[in-house]
Amino acid sequence: MASNKKYWKNEAELNPNDSIVETLRQNEFVEDIPVDDFLGDKEGLSSSSTNRRDFLKYVGFSTAAAAMAACEGPVHKSIPYVVQPENIIPGVANFYATTIANGFDFASILIKTREGRPIKVENNKDAKVGGGANARVQASVLSLYDSTRLQGPLANGEPVEWNAVDAAVKSKMGSLSNSPQQIALLTQTYASPSTKRLIGELKAAYGNVNHVVYDAISEDAALTAFESKYGERALADYDFEKADLIVSFGADFLGDWQGGGYDSGYAKGRVPKNGKMSRHVQFEANMSLSGANADKRVPLTPMQQRIALAKLYAKLNGTSVGGELPENVQMTIDNVAAQIRRSGEDAVVVTGLDDVNAQAVVLAINEMLGSKAFDPAAPKYVRQGNTQSVQRLISDMKSGKVGALIMDGVNPMYTLPNAADFKEGIENVGLSLIFSTNWNETTEVTQYTAAANHYLESWGDVEIKKGHYSLMQPTIRELFDTRQFQTSLLKWLGSDQTYYDYIKETWNTAILSGSDWNKALHDGVFSVSSASVSLSENSDSDPQNMASEDTDKEGAETSSEGAMDETRAIPIATAINSLTNATSGGGMELTLYPKIGMGAGQQANNPWLQEFPDPITRVSWDNYLTVSKADAERLGLINEHVANGGLDGSYANVTVNGITVNNIPVIIQPGQAIGSIGLSFGYGKKVGMKSEMQTGVNAYPLYHDFKATQSATIEKASGTHEFACIQLHKTLMGRGDIIKETTLEIFNTKDHAEWNHVPQVSLNHQEVPATSVDLWESFDRSVGHHFNMSIDLNACTGCGACVVACHAENNVPVVGKQEVRRSRDMHWLRIDRYYSSEDTFEEDNIKKEEFDGLSGDKGSLGGFGELEDPAANPQVAFQPVMCQHCNHAPCETVCPVAATSHSRQGQNHMAYNRCVGTRYCANNCPYKVRRFNWFLYNNNDEFDYHMNNDLGKMVLNPDVNVRSRGVIEKCSMCIQKTQKTILDAKREGRPVEDGEFQTACSSACSNGAIVFGDVNDEESKVSELAESNRMYHLLEHVGTKPNVFYHVKVRNTQEA
Amino acid sequence: MKKVPYRHPISKILGITVLFFLLFSASIYAQEDAASEQPAAEAGSDTAAESDGDPVAGKALFNQNCAACHALNRKMTGPALANVESRLQEEEGLDRDWLYGWIKNSPGTIASGDAYANKIYNEYNQAAMTAFPTLSNADIDNILAYTAAPPPAPVAAATSATGGAQTGGGDASGISNEIILGALAVVFALLVMMLFLVNKTLRRIAEANGVVYEKELAEKRTPIWKAFAQNQFLVLVTVIFLLLGSAYFAYGWMMQVGVDQGYEPIQPIHYSHRIHAGDNKIECKYCHSSARVSKHSGIPSLNVCMNCHKSIYQVADETLQEGKQEYGVDYNNEIKKLYTAVGWDVENQRYTGESKPVEWVRIHNLPDFAYFNHSQHVSVAGIQCQQCHGPVEEMEVMYQYSPLTMGWCINCHRETNIKIEGNEYYEKIHAELSKKYGVDQLTAAQMGGLECGKCHY
Repeated sequence: MASNKKYWKNEAELNPNDSIVETLRQNEFVEDIPVDDFLGDKEGLSSSSTNRRDFLKYVGFSTAAAAMAACEGPVHKSIPYVVQPENIIPGVANFYATTIANGFDFASILIKTREGRPIKVENNKDAKVGGGANARVQASVLSLYDSTRLQGPLANGEPVEWNAVDAAVKSKMGSLSNSPQQIALLTQTYASPSTKRLIGELKAAYGNVNHVVYDAISEDAALTAFESKYGERALADYDFEKADLIVSFGADFLGDWQGGGYDSGYAKGRVPKNGKMSRHVQFEANMSLSGANADKRVPLTPMQQRIALAKLYAKLNGTSVGGELPENVQMTIDNVAAQIRRSGEDAVVVTGLDDVNAQAVVLAINEMLGSKAFDPAAPKYVRQGNTQSVQRLISDMKSGKVGALIMDGVNPMYTLPNAADFKEGIENVGLSLIFSTNWNETTEVTQYTAAANHYLESWGDVEIKKGHYSLMQPTIRELFDTRQFQTSLLKWLGSDQTYYDYIKETWNTAILSGSDWNKALHDGVFSVSSASVSLSENSDSDPQNMASEDTDKEGAETSSEGAMDETRAIPIATAINSLTNATSGGGMELTLYPKIGMGAGQQANNPWLQEFPDPITRVSWDNYLTVSKADAERLGLINEHVANGGLDGSYANVTVNGITVNNIPVIIQPGQAIGSIGLSFGYGKKVGMKSEMQTGVNAYPLYHDFKATQSATIEKASGTHEFACIQLHKTLMGRGDIIKETTLEIFNTKDHAEWNHVPQVSLNHQEVPATSVDLWESFDRSVGHHFNMSIDLNACTGCGACVVACHAENNVPVVGKQEVRRSRDMHWLRIDRYYSSEDTFEEDNIKKEEFDGLSGDKGSLGGFGELEDPAANPQVAFQPVMCQHCNHAPCETVCPVAATSHSRQGQNHMAYNRCVGTRYCANNCPYKVRRFNWFLYNNNDEFDYHMNNDLGKMVLNPDVNVRSRGVIEKCSMCIQKTQKTILDAKREGRPVEDGEFQTACSSACSNGAIVFGDVNDEESKVSELAESNRMYHLLEHVGTKPNVFYHVKVRNTQEA
Repeated sequence: MKKVPYRHPISKILGITVLFFLLFSASIYAQEDAASEQPAAEAGSDTAAESDGDPVAGKALFNQNCAACHALNRKMTGPALANVESRLQEEEGLDRDWLYGWIKNSPGTIASGDAYANKIYNEYNQAAMTAFPTLSNADIDNILAYTAAPPPAPVAAATSATGGAQTGGGDASGISNEIILGALAVVFALLVMMLFLVNKTLRRIAEANGVVYEKELAEKRTPIWKAFAQNQFLVLVTVIFLLLGSAYFAYGWMMQVGVDQGYEPIQPIHYSHRIHAGDNKIECKYCHSSARVSKHSGIPSLNVCMNCHKSIYQVADETLQEGKQEYGVDYNNEIKKLYTAVGWDVENQRYTGESKPVEWVRIHNLPDFAYFNHSQHVSVAGIQCQQCHGPVEEMEVMYQYSPLTMGWCINCHRETNIKIEGNEYYEKIHAELSKKYGVDQLTAAQMGGLECGKCHY
């Protein structure tokens, strides 16, 4: 039926006489089409011999030719070895034990190599200390293949021969020998017995050698406090597994506090066993990983933390001190003090306050408690930097007292807060040389740049903790014309020895005491029994060292005080006094911190780490200023979600001590202490970096006087920043079935049906457990292997090592900031982070349950809106989510081409070559774990990360497909690894043992949160975990019957 | 993908040429041979007084005991042994007794401080000759008789010298093939002509007999193509038939895209699996050792070749001739290519260190998205290499025997029982699974060998 309806786009159209409408109606293209640009040039057109018909011919021919060419396969060449190395069989991986020690990360690791190429980092399970690789260590293998690495030595930016460098250094050092000008070595922390000996020899040879150790992020306060108490410049070690009560004042010990590596011990104590688990109370300003995992988190500014620490000390000693704290914090302190007293030696107190007094007080408290978790007798050596000597060196340089400056493992022009002074100084130095793997801020100002080895090409040794030694061995020959620092030192000393022989000599004479060198090299680690430590160290250690060991046993503070060197020790009374008198000096309190993904910034050029989303903010490719919601509102700073699904944020300028860093993007961080702000190190590097990697702002200029806490002023700057944030929804919205959690009390006293409630669904108008209803008929999976993965939410700290391990194992592409912003990240494994909207998740659930009607006080309309906002100090929960490998998978039923299918072994298969990219499966997946290749990410210069160059491609795992454009991909439960394990067993004619089946994530998880195995093997750990009453499946009511299961998170909420 | 023309015609032609040439040249060289034999015979007669050994028995003994380290005319691990006795007699004044002593107990001779023994010992990298106490004096006599006998080398030299002329001859004999074709064509032409003639004759006879053609009738009929065009049904059927036919062929053509069965590329070194695996019966996995433990069968590294070819520097004459005649390949030349690649200095018996890795053309190209593991099939399943790779021991030039398509893989998985004997891994799973399926023996498919993810990840 015809209609007289008139459709109009604009009100103006209703007026028939509107001239604009008339004009527009006649004008099909609102903007002029630039016809003249390509047709106006008559001459050009007529002179061209190509007419339209020719053009069509060319198109036709080339299309046909391309089509025909596609039918011919390319000719592949196979080039075998001329002489095949004995240990290398093409197609079989070799593992070597080595150690990373780049000045920030220290860990004993295994390196998987294929055909001589290192491709993956694994944990060294033989290592008692430092055997866990964090996200940065996992990613470090990619830095080996960084296409921007220096390929040979340079002099003033021009390539030279090593001979020239050696000659210059030797002649300069010779001329400086015993002259008033010093030869300065500015290096990272090595903690290496051999390097120490080598530098000692250098000092002996030249007399005036000044070795300055410089940590980009200093632990000077902790080192000084420890040194003054125990006489050795080292860091006390802590074993959080032994602690029932952990009280932390701003110490992010699950992150990089004092060198990190504490998470696996912590996680072991967090899993409820026999009704017991540790309790963790955290006082902190920034929301850190430790705070997110804490049972009780108290947001306090650094100043308040100092007062709180002093009050705790006073309370424990039955005295009182001044200082203002909010009442509830005061009460928490009282409760904590009571708990500490009750726990006695089972409690431990740690602090990350960059304050010698705070560190001294903490040491005193732990001594006083006789804490079992506290180990000052065998301290850690992973940080040795001395900020005073660094400052002295810079002033010496400026005054011309330094004749030669040799640097290794440092980048002072980037990491020094007073880089300008350094630059001024280096101009007065006769000879400056830096060992560096990349062209950077400092290589720009030094005369000579010695291209350094990556640690995977180097020899070395590390004493991570007293008595615990690790060896570093090359896993590949130098890719370029590079040489490591120690080899060069040997050369300059005129020695013909290789550094390998030198290390071997050191070990055979000083460390191994008769043990086999080859075994130590094979294991990668060597531990001296504690008895022999004290014996061997006696000669050069101070007497109080012995005393402190005694006091550790006695647990009495007085004896240690008596034995202590009074002149060097920091008197506790003064320390307490200075803590209570701490003043913020007005303005905001800034806490500078290293991000899990970037650390001090050594690997800023590593695309895996850039794309790694921060566990807390879930932002990748950026650092940012974290601001509390209250402060943000006060300052007019905003975060908003925009229509394309991205997160935008304001910019702010931060000024510390007259130095301003402009345009720092702002993230409003739930849990940030009011009056405090946070900013991470490691970003904002520019020199020598690919343009994609030049992200974030450099925080080091604000690191005034090497203090991580600063008084800062902040002001809003114009413009908005586009973040690449992969999780915009912040809260659980009261959906307690996604992350189930309970308290230790309920866990211990109530039946599991109450705290691990199976969701109910309605069947024939009857409420029945969701697990009893099914649309499908189940296959029989009782025969053969049936893989299951267990994820313990109590043991998972959210560190993200598994995310990077998965990246490396499965050739997951890096997509870049813009694509991540469009939610096209490719991570097969993500760690979801949820905040509570009320103070706890429990309250969220109650609030949701009590919704009544649409509007009103308890209306769901406004209520859900409120639930979207996280609390000012929320509870936090982490949940690793990968493909759940559902036995009744929704993705499989919707695939039109049967590209995804199920196996008897429980894995959900994905045949990339079959996939046509309809993405139905991704839409039908309730867990949103399927990833679509929007582009060709390899061999594509639009994605200039590592898959577009020959060097970067060397890291690819040859057993896993590199996916092409237009296909879906997802977690395969590392089928290449399970298949290999099965094949190995078949070849050896034996059944598979428990623990042999591993995925990349489960083997990367040093916390034991991810356990993988065969549930049909009754002896296996995973089948035991599957029977646990903490076990639940994600979104159980959907009925997908996943093969990944979680364990209910238990919080130890016991106050007082 | 390059398809290589079938080799045999060319090699046959070349072979025939060589034969031709030999026919002509034999008489010429026969004289030279006779001439060269003269001095040898003279030299032989010098030692004839004591040498009464049997050269034939000597050859057998030589090949059995000495050939690993010695050749007649060429330095190997040890010195060349042609006329060794007379040489020692002339140059060093050593007699046969010295040789008896040396061969039976060379370390003893060196230890005794014998000057020449020590000289030889030092000259050859201080590698003492194996002592042969088991050889009797008579055996040694036989060997020495063999070394004193004239070497057959000149014949080989003559044949290789003729190599240059071969190409010219090749052109000439190429015609012979054409002649055969031409003759055939002529025969056909004759037949056709005869047919016409017979036809004509018959017609003439018919005309003579007064038979009337129905020529006029035929002219009245509509031409057959017009009739066809008017018959719409026929047109339709034909079109359908043509479309179906072309679809059939198009399908067939497209299905072979990417299937390279029979792919036989020219390799940088003509390596004959026929000789190695067939004639010499070398176990496949001696060279392709990683097939036992790895997903790759592995192209052997050149040091594996040198395990044998350090001493096998040339092939037997028959083999050489066969190679030239049947396949047009000079095997000795191919061995030289190996030496160049691995950097082996034949003269001085040492590695120069200058290697040029061989760029083999890969024959079996599975796509990247298909995972195949040799060790699973070779070590676990115990499948013969030939099952997939065909009669490799008969292949002069290696080619792809199987289609390597997914259907081919799956077919085999469906039909092949898994090998469970003596493999504890399968014990439990096989017992349970075979009970479930109600069979005695599980096939690879029943074990899960058809699941996508087993090969695609």
